[in-house]
Amino acid sequence: MALDRWIALILLGICLTYGYAAWFTMDGALPPFMQRNPIWPSTFPKVLSVLGIIASTIILLGFENSELKEAEIDYRRLGDYHLGQAVTLLVLMVVYALCLRPVGFLISTSAFLILGSFILGERKWHVMLPVALIATGAVWYLVQEVLGIYMRPLPGIFGG
Amino acid sequence: MLEGLLIGLQTAFSIQNLLMVIAGCLIGTFIGMLPGLGPMSIIAIMIPVAISMGDPSAALILLAGVYYGAIFGGSTSSILLNAPGVAGTVASSFDGYPMARQGKAGKALTVAAVASFAGGTLGAVLLMVFAPALSSVALLFHSAEYFALMVVGLSAIAAFAGSGQVAKAIIMTILGLIMATVGEGALFNLPRFTMGIMDLQSGFGFITLAMAMFALPEALFLVLKPKDLKGDEGEIKDLRITKDEAKAIAPVVGRQSVQGFFIGVLPGAGATIASFLGYAVERNIAPKEEQEEFGKGSIKGLAAPETANNAACTGSFVPLLTLGIPGSGTTAILLGALIALNVTPGPRLMIDEPQIFWAVIMSMFIGNLVLLILNLPLIPYIAKVLAIPRNYLIPFILFFTLMGAYIGQNNATELLILVGFGICATALKFADYPLAPLLIGFILGGMMEDNFARSMQLYDGIAFIWERPMTLGLLVVAVLLVLLPSYRARRARARAAGVADGD
Repeated sequence: MALDRWIALILLGICLTYGYAAWFTMDGALPPFMQRNPIWPSTFPKVLSVLGIIASTIILLGFENSELKEAEIDYRRLGDYHLGQAVTLLVLMVVYALCLRPVGFLISTSAFLILGSFILGERKWHVMLPVALIATGAVWYLVQEVLGIYMRPLPGIFGG
Repeated sequence: MLEGLLIGLQTAFSIQNLLMVIAGCLIGTFIGMLPGLGPMSIIAIMIPVAISMGDPSAALILLAGVYYGAIFGGSTSSILLNAPGVAGTVASSFDGYPMARQGKAGKALTVAAVASFAGGTLGAVLLMVFAPALSSVALLFHSAEYFALMVVGLSAIAAFAGSGQVAKAIIMTILGLIMATVGEGALFNLPRFTMGIMDLQSGFGFITLAMAMFALPEALFLVLKPKDLKGDEGEIKDLRITKDEAKAIAPVVGRQSVQGFFIGVLPGAGATIASFLGYAVERNIAPKEEQEEFGKGSIKGLAAPETANNAACTGSFVPLLTLGIPGSGTTAILLGALIALNVTPGPRLMIDEPQIFWAVIMSMFIGNLVLLILNLPLIPYIAKVLAIPRNYLIPFILFFTLMGAYIGQNNATELLILVGFGICATALKFADYPLAPLLIGFILGGMMEDNFARSMQLYDGIAFIWERPMTLGLLVVAVLLVLLPSYRARRARARAAGVADGD
C-alpha cells in the first residue's frame, strides 16, 4: 500500500475518533437552555466528521486513480538523502523549545544557531560564532527593548 | 470633493509629515518581515509614538505608512521563505514561493510591490468616491451572507485539486476545519476537543500552523536534498517585469482592486478572504493553459492576492471612517488611536473635521507611493537573503519559525506543537497531499462556524439559505467555482481520449 493510502487510513482513524467525540460524548453535558438552540456546539463537528470519513474512505479505497508523478523526494529511498541531519535538526528544535524558558533566550538561541550550522556541516568557527552571537543579540534587543515583548534573557538563577 | 483633496494634500505635504511616512514605511517593512509580527501588532506597538505626537493628521500618516509597510514586509517572508506571518499573505506564497524557487525572487517581489501599490492606490480612489454611499451597503450584510462568503472563499481549494487530487484537497480542507473547532468557540463558551490539555484551550495558533505547514517542511526538504535557492545560474536575475507580463497582470490587478475593495468594505471579511477569493476567481477565469501554471509560479497567481489584499485593507477604512465600526483587528486598533487623539470617527467626521478625513485618504496615496519608491531599489538586496549560504540560512529559517510562534503566544508548548505538526506536514508532503487547503480551512473555519451558528440562531433553522437571496446567490457562486474547473478538466480529458480513439 502506498504512503498516501496509509495516511488516508490514519486520517480515517482521526475522523472516526473525532466523530465519536462529537456524536456521543459532547451532547450529554449540554445545559438544558442550550439544548433549545437550533445549533449545538457539536453540530458543526458532526457534519465535518461525516464528510471527513467519506473523503478519507475514497482515498483509502483508491476510487480516484491519481496519476503518479515524479515526487520531489522519493520517500521510499529516504536513506539516500541527508536524513540524519534532518532528524538531528528536529531534535535540536525540540531541545530548544524545552530550554527556552529555563535556560533563557540568549544562551539557548546562540547555542541553537551555532549547533544548527554545525549539524549542517559548517566548521568555520570564526564566522559561526560572531554571526550567531550578533544575531541573537540583535533579535533580543529588537523584541525585548524596542517592541517590549518580555523574554527571559538569562537563566533564572541569575535573576533573568 | 476637490476642495477636500486640496485640504488633504496641504496637510500631507509638509516636510514633517513626509518624513513620518518614510519612517513609517521603513519601520513597517522591516518589522513586518519577521514572521509573527503582522500589521496589527506593529501598529499596536507604534501607537504610543503616534499618540505622543499630538497632531492627529501626522499620527494617522505615520500609522498608514507603518500599515502598508507591514503588509509588504509580510509578503516578503512568504515569497522568499514560504513563511507567511499573516493570514492575508498566505495566498501570496502559493505562487510567490515557487517563483522564488525558480530563481525569480526579484521579479516576484517586484510584482508583489507593484500589485500592492496598484491595489492600495485604486482602493484609495474607490474609497474617495464611494465611501459615503458604501456605508449603508456594509450594513446590509448579515451573518448569513458572511457564512456564504466564507464558503466562496473555501472554493479557492479547487485550485489545489490538480489531476486526480480532488479527494485529497477535500480531506485536507476538512482536516483544517476540524482543527479550527479545537478550543473554546466564541459562541458556545465551551472547550471542545481539548482532550483536557490546558494549552489547547485557546485552540491552535494560526502562526504555529502556518509555519508548521509551509515553512518547516520546506526547510526540511532543503536539508534532505540540498539545492541552491538562487536558481540555476546561481544569481538573482529578471528583476524587471517584461511588457508581456505587465499586459498579463494589468487586467488581474484592475479586477482584483475592485473586488478586493468591496470585500474589504464588509466589516469582518477583510484581507484574508479577499486574497483567497481573488486567487480563486483569477484562476477560474484564466485560460486553460495559464490555469495549469497556478500554484507553480504564475505571476497572475501572485498579483491577484497581493492586489486584493491591499485593496481590502483600504476598503476596511470605509466602515471605520463613515460609521465608526472597525471592520478588522487593525482598524480596531486605529480606532483606539483616533479616539485617544480626540477624533471620533463616524458619520460626522467628514463634516466636522474634513481635514482629518482627507488627510487619511491622502496619506494612503502617499504611503503607497513612498513604499513603492523605497522598496523597488531595495528589492535586489532583500532577495539576496536567498544567497546566504545554506548552512547559515536554514538554522535561521528554523529559528524564525520558532520565534514567530513564540512571540505570538509566549508559550513554549506552542513550539512543541509546531515541531509535531511540522513532522506530520512533511509526511503529508511526501505523500503528495496539498497543504494549502488545510490552512485555508483552518483560517476560514472558525469564522464560518461562528457566522453559521449566528444565522441559525437568528432564523431558528437553516431557512436563511433560501430566504436570503444574497446568501443563496453566493452559495451558488461557490458551487460553480468548485464544479466548473473539474467539469472543464473532464471535458478536456474526454476530448483528448476521443482524439486518441480516432487515431
